[in-house]
Formats: sequence, structure tokens, C-alpha cells
Amino acid sequence: MVVHQQAALLSPERIVAEFKKAGVTHVITIPDSETNYLYELMKDQPWLDVITSCREGETMAIAMGLSIAGKVPVCLIQNTGMMESGDSIRGMALDSGLPLVMVIGYRGWTRHGATPDSAAVFTEPFLHAFGLKYYLVESDTDGDRIGMAFNDARATNRPVVVLIGDEYHGFNR
Amino acid sequence: MINAADMFRAFAKHRGKAIVIPTGTSGRHWREFSQDEKRDASLGGSLGQTTAACFGLALGLPNEKVCLFDSEGALLMNLGIVPTIAGKQPKNFYHFLMDNECYATTGGQPVANAQNIDYAGLAKAAGYSKTYHFDNLEDFTTNVGKILNETGPVFISMKIKPEIENEPIGRRQRGPTPRTRAQIVRDLREATGVKA
Repeated sequence: MVVHQQAALLSPERIVAEFKKAGVTHVITIPDSETNYLYELMKDQPWLDVITSCREGETMAIAMGLSIAGKVPVCLIQNTGMMESGDSIRGMALDSGLPLVMVIGYRGWTRHGATPDSAAVFTEPFLHAFGLKYYLVESDTDGDRIGMAFNDARATNRPVVVLIGDEYHGFNR
Repeated sequence: MINAADMFRAFAKHRGKAIVIPTGTSGRHWREFSQDEKRDASLGGSLGQTTAACFGLALGLPNEKVCLFDSEGALLMNLGIVPTIAGKQPKNFYHFLMDNECYATTGGQPVANAQNIDYAGLAKAAGYSKTYHFDNLEDFTTNVGKILNETGPVFISMKIKPEIENEPIGRRQRGPTPRTRAQIVRDLREATGVKA
């Protein structure tokens, strides 16, 4: 049973590997307690520039500028910050006509659906309201969905979301 | 206070090949002086996020000078971008702030603590390499060429005469039809040699 649970983890190494495969050049993020190990791992990658923003809405705007310059940015934030960023998602991501992958930590997510956390309750309705396609990634075995998100974003010149729903471990060690 | 059109006239003489991003009511004067529209990029607004977008552009194009003409109302909406910019130290970023002390486009209501904010002091405290403040055209005209040869990020705060609009948006006179965002991106990429 223990072996099964460990196999189901989503490892930061897998996320970083998918970023590298997709040619990501910059990650714009606000670190949180769930992603600290991922943050440390990203900072160690010589091919990756990590930009720490102060508010989530800035991440889409910084990403737009980088995209215009031909770079491949990713926004890495939590669902709470995504909801705060509504107008930036509209004006700087959807209206830009540029591909963008936003990796969103799914705070409060539970596989069985019952959650006391309103951040989780409103996450998917928010994505539907903005017409944003999304993929759910729970473990390393879902990792290829990150690559699918990049392919979708490039094919449609739109933002595409990867929801990180790691119920037990966040994406910590 | 400085007339925005006069300020842009003085800046234009030193622009060289810099990318220029004008914003707000005062920023509309730039089109009267620009000689290189493909390097002008109006990036649209999302509650003041143009500052962040220009920062991203400067990071992505380190060999191009990026000159943002920001508005204080917009900057106040996302003041956290100031330490983010200072933290990454983009050497090619010139952050001009047109401070008219009000929301000119919505009727001239004052911004918070309008007359008492030291924006240049704020940028300096956050870690910008160089900061300047101008409240008259003569000093700005004398110094703008030198400033554009400084190593960024440079913050240039200017007191600008407000040009207040009170007409309902549907009745306001507009200039020539602006380029679409897609066209601006295509033009800028062509001008800077960016392959999509």
C-alpha cells in the first residue's frame, strides 16, 4: 500500500522535465508552501529563469512581454491567485493571441469531490467562465498532459491551464 | 508641470532605435513625434499591467532599449511590479512615469495621496539602478539624452499637466484607427528580428 501511494506522487522533477521538453525559458511565479521544493529545483536549472512576482495578475502580463520577444514563459501560481487575476487573464492572455501555459496549484482539490475549501469549489467554474481549456495532473503518470497543454496552446494561440491536483503531497518532497 | 507633447518632442530626438510603449491619456501624444511606428507598441491595458508586460519584453529582448511611458494611476494598481523589476535589473529598461496626479481619462479624480508621493524615491528604495524626478521641461530636455545612456533599470518620474476627459466614452473624438494587438506584435517582431 505504501509503495502504491509513493508511486502516485507528482514529483517536481517530472514537472521540470516537462518544462524542459517544451522549451520553457522563464517561469513567473509566486512561491507558496506547496511548491517550495519545485521552486528550489527550478532555481537550480541553468536553462530556466525564475521570476518572482508580487501579485498573480502580473504573471500573465510579464509572460505576454516575454512571448512577444519569442521566449516560452509559464505562469506558476495557485488557484486563489488565478481568481484574483481575472482581468489579466482576459487582457494579457486571452486577448494577446499568444500561446501560454498556466500551471495552477489546485488548493483544496480532493478526488472524491467533497471539499471545505471554496478555492477548490470555484476553480473549475472560473475556468469554464473564461473558456479556458485545462488538464488535471495528479501524479507522474499524468505528466505527459503538461506537454499536451503546450501543444494545445501553440495550436490555438491561447492560454491553456494545467491544474495540479496532488491531493496528498502538494508537489513537495 | 510639463506638457506631455513637449516632453515627447524632447524625448524623440534621443529615441534612436528604442522600443517605445506609451500609455494613458498623455501617451497619445507620442504618435505626433514617432518616426518608427514598428518599434512603438501599445500593449493594451489590464488594470495597469502594461508595466509588467514591458518588463517581460525588456527581459526577453536584452539587446533592445525598452522605454515605457507609464502612468501613475496604472502603476499604483500594481506597485509590486517595482521590486520585481528592480530584482531582475534589466539593463535595457527605461521606466518613464507621467505623473499627472489624477485619473485623467475618467474625469480627473485624484489618485490616492496624489500630491505627496515620491515615485522616484519609491523606485530608488526598491532597487532601481538610477532614478530621476523632473517637474520642468528644461531640466528634462537637458538630461534625457544622458539618461538614455545610463545602465538600467532607470526610473524617470515627471510631473505632467493633466489632459482631462469628461465626455462619455462613446462621444469622445478618436485619432486614426490604432493597429490591432496582433499587428503590433507582428511589427515589433519584424523590427527586432524575433522569430515566432
